[in-house]
Amino acid sequence: MYSEKVMDHFNNPRNVGEIENPSGVGTVGNAKCGDIMRMYLDIDDNGIIQEAKFKTFGCGAAVATSSMATELVKGKTIQEALQVTNKAVMEALDGLPPVKVHCSLLAEEAIHAALWDYAQKNNIEIEGLEPPVNDISEKEESPEESY
Amino acid sequence: MSKMIYLDNAATTQVYPEVVDTMLPYFTEHYGNPSAIYSFAGEAEKAVAKARETIASAIGAKSDEIYFTGGGSESDNWALKATAEAYASKGKHIITTAIEHHAILHTAQWLEKQGFEVTYVGVDENGTVKLDELEAAIRPDTILISVMAANNEIGTIQPLKEIGAIARKHGVLFHTDAVQAFAHIPINVDDMNIDMLSASGHKIGGPKGIGVMYIRKGVKILSFIHGGAQERHRRAGTHNVPGIVGMGKATEIAVRDMEKNNEYETTLRDHLIERVLTEIPYSRLNGEREKRLPNNANFCFRFIEGESMLILLDQAGICASSGSACTSGSLDPSHVLLAIGLPHEIAHGSLRLTLSEKTTLEDIDYTVDTLKAIIERLRGMSPLYEDFVRKNGGK
Repeated sequence: MYSEKVMDHFNNPRNVGEIENPSGVGTVGNAKCGDIMRMYLDIDDNGIIQEAKFKTFGCGAAVATSSMATELVKGKTIQEALQVTNKAVMEALDGLPPVKVHCSLLAEEAIHAALWDYAQKNNIEIEGLEPPVNDISEKEESPEESY
Repeated sequence: MSKMIYLDNAATTQVYPEVVDTMLPYFTEHYGNPSAIYSFAGEAEKAVAKARETIASAIGAKSDEIYFTGGGSESDNWALKATAEAYASKGKHIITTAIEHHAILHTAQWLEKQGFEVTYVGVDENGTVKLDELEAAIRPDTILISVMAANNEIGTIQPLKEIGAIARKHGVLFHTDAVQAFAHIPINVDDMNIDMLSASGHKIGGPKGIGVMYIRKGVKILSFIHGGAQERHRRAGTHNVPGIVGMGKATEIAVRDMEKNNEYETTLRDHLIERVLTEIPYSRLNGEREKRLPNNANFCFRFIEGESMLILLDQAGICASSGSACTSGSLDPSHVLLAIGLPHEIAHGSLRLTLSEKTTLEDIDYTVDTLKAIIERLRGMSPLYEDFVRKNGGK
């Protein structure tokens, strides 16, 4: 059901991990729906994304879109990174099954959430960037009790 | 991929070679329509009668109480819709449970749209139906109680005898969806007061596309498929003779080997459960520990999602299934896991492994070893696990 590119990015995800003291980090999605993406960005003084890392809880498509999104934003300026839309992520992966399109939306949202965090930290305004709608990093769900 | 390990026997089973051998002559040699008059059709007619007899005796029923259908889902649809139709003048209330197969749940929801009322009785944390809640739900206008014999996801076996007694005490018909239980565990329709029962061929080493419905004599439900006099006017359509013969043979084998297979599978299953729960942290078993299908193990692994697990298991040659949203085509994880009280995020990380008598100890050990590595890998990229570790000050 998945393209070869999706399987490649699922099996060999690029840029898995965390960045210590990131320039920006954003978490989107929620565990209730079964997808959470967290993206870390390292942005240099010239506004170039030097490094992007991710962690994702989700299906094969969620992992693959996260991986592709980090690849697509690396080396880009902030404005260029804002152009990495869900469509761009999907195209780069040779498409997704219709039921998995929301995963690519999540990837786009994760980029925006990380950039928003960067803007907040540095007290700057990024043209065209809306506050993330899907940020759940503050929401602490503790399912431990059921164990 | 050198070897395939098939651990999805609750989805479907490999057809026994003897079953195929028994079926084959009914395609090319004895292909006559069993409803025909001429003697050539006699062989087919006899074979259908023999299969009916075998299936009837497997559940302690009489031959003429067994009706062949196109499968378990058809039987479930028939039981609910036809009972509703036939008994609507008596009442329009049906009781079922929150953990039924969708063949029951979606049919019940359809009936609600037709003006029937349905009560979905809850289950405890092990997936056993709450008997007090069930009995309390019975009203003067209740016409049917439908409770599955064993759950297809978490394997919990329901107290059929107790449910049957409650139904009988209140004069309400009792249907059971026994698709996962038929010829797997002992069922006796008289002992358990079962009025209707659904079963399927392909869950017991028989072919797909064949099922049965047991209807106790005196239960006045009408035809569901119209168009012919087959099955005593209750189920039209030319008999699927090879399918019927195959289901009959599969039933014969499954019943003959039931005790031996159950003992074997229970040992393997318990070994699997024991290894998973002790060797994989933050795992849990879903379903009743003892009263569960001998071949069913269902786990949840925290911080990871089921579909990712299935893809990686598949790449290691292991066929399994999950109740995660991504495998169901909706945003919600399995209704069964939610009904036993699991939060969404844990239900998303479920894995069902269902064994057969062909599963070996090596298969199980390889599966657990593989699973450990997969879970560690997925947790390594899970933000939920990252948060958990951070909150608890390292591993």
